[in-house]
Amino acid sequence: MISAQALHNVVPLPESAQPLLKVRDLTKLYGPDKGCQGVNFELYPGEVLGIVGESGSGKSTLLSLLSGRCPPDRGGIDYRGKDGQVLDLYSASEAQRRTLLRTEWGFVEQSPRDGLRMGVSAGANIGERLMAQGVRNYQELRAAGIDWLTQVEIDPLRIDDLPRTFSGGMQQRLQIARNLVSSPRLVFMDEPTGGLDVSVQARLLDLLRALVRELDLAVVIVTHDLAVARLLADRLIVMRRSRVVETGLTDQILDDPQHPYSQLLVSSVLQP
Amino acid sequence: MNAYQHVHSQPKPQRDEAYNFAYLDEQTKRMIRRALLKAVAIPGYQVPFGGREMPLPYGWGTGGMQLTAAILGAEDVLKVIDQGADDTTNAVSIRRFFARTAGVETTERTPEATVIQTRHRIPETPLSADQILVYQVPIPEPLRFIEPLETETRTMHALNDYGVMHVKLYEDIATFGHIATSYAYPVMVDERYVMDPSPIPKFDNPKLDMSPALMLFGAGREKRLYAVPPFTKVVSLDFEDHPFQIQSWEHNCAICGSHDSYLDELILDDAGTQSFVCSDTDYCAQRVIQQQEAGQ
Repeated sequence: MISAQALHNVVPLPESAQPLLKVRDLTKLYGPDKGCQGVNFELYPGEVLGIVGESGSGKSTLLSLLSGRCPPDRGGIDYRGKDGQVLDLYSASEAQRRTLLRTEWGFVEQSPRDGLRMGVSAGANIGERLMAQGVRNYQELRAAGIDWLTQVEIDPLRIDDLPRTFSGGMQQRLQIARNLVSSPRLVFMDEPTGGLDVSVQARLLDLLRALVRELDLAVVIVTHDLAVARLLADRLIVMRRSRVVETGLTDQILDDPQHPYSQLLVSSVLQP
Repeated sequence: MNAYQHVHSQPKPQRDEAYNFAYLDEQTKRMIRRALLKAVAIPGYQVPFGGREMPLPYGWGTGGMQLTAAILGAEDVLKVIDQGADDTTNAVSIRRFFARTAGVETTERTPEATVIQTRHRIPETPLSADQILVYQVPIPEPLRFIEPLETETRTMHALNDYGVMHVKLYEDIATFGHIATSYAYPVMVDERYVMDPSPIPKFDNPKLDMSPALMLFGAGREKRLYAVPPFTKVVSLDFEDHPFQIQSWEHNCAICGSHDSYLDELILDDAGTQSFVCSDTDYCAQRVIQQQEAGQ
């Protein structure tokens, strides 16, 4: 028998009980059923949301809408900031959106070449967000660089090397470090393991899972790889032809898919 | 090294009537003046203007010449310097150009000039409130080294998004142990716009701060102009633990003995014998004259 006191203890804190991101009827169409339409969901602090679906189903469009990169045709996004203020993303000014993107948010691109500054050293890549936030102490930036290289399992001695001398997996880890240095609350990832070989993928996923738990990050991750989704995501959104066809807990969807398309998707995974 | 001529100012030359006053047509000069007014109103902001073809190649000072042409009056006294010197090709030909097309008086003496067009230096002699300094600028955009898109750099300026400026200084310290950028050192103008002060040595950066003279910058190829009005705060970017520092030399000038001016290194023979002389030829010559007068 559970006492009333014990019940009271398991009630989550008001902070985590309120959604971080509220998405209302988000729509952006490039043509009939091309793009994404009518997307509604809520994302809570510390939650990992996977978006899965075939190529052209609107996953990436949805991600760019969510991350403030292109304005929607219809609908809106409410983001609850660190200070508890709710910001309507697309009625906010561009300055506010940019500040958000380089402080409380992060974006991990599919190709590290898009997310990194290839012409400057690893240390400068990691320090850029801090400098943009007004850190003007070289030693502090240096220490942050070494700390984050260690956290993403890159040899700190390589802090002054250019990213192009790094392997693909290292570049991707550097990109993750560059995004996490400002301790964001929400990170968007677009196929972060695409283009990496399987063993490197596994290590990167391990690292990501550890960091997400440790830093209590909320993540929206786009992937077409159901194994990645299984490993990282708490909840899944299945998309097809610009529409969300099924949402639910990851295990629920992968083990007992309801929608015919989800069933097809799950059954078409190759078993080695 | 220069041999100083005792003729300070040339007599007023004859204007070539085949050209409009100061070469450019009146409409063009008006357009540039309007852009200049805007630039003065927004210190450090790059104003686009309809740059014209000038009868010399880009990179030789076409931007500076268009600005000079726009502000020059018949009573002005013009000085042109190139790397501090009055007697190098660029300086001599631009000076002769305006002597011919505008018929204005020219000089090598800094205090006598009302308009000074310069490439890569600010004169050592302090400027006064009735003087205008016109800079020739190759690349006006301080963010260009890291951001190739013009639309993006303009947005970054508009939104005060200047974090990347320190990325370059960080790289310097990481590579060389100190901030090795020694010319075109980025500055913050009036606590708002980051500006490229044109390729002047960072030795000259402190002279931009609270200068009584109006400073105009013209980039001919990029068709941008910007300005630092008199008595405007200009701060060089730096880190707390690596503060901004100007160059210093162990040597004195071999001609005038100056120890606090910007020195050029000259290699005199194949054995590598060096000599250091002032880069500002007028400043150096004036000191020599003062020393001679004191000695007599």
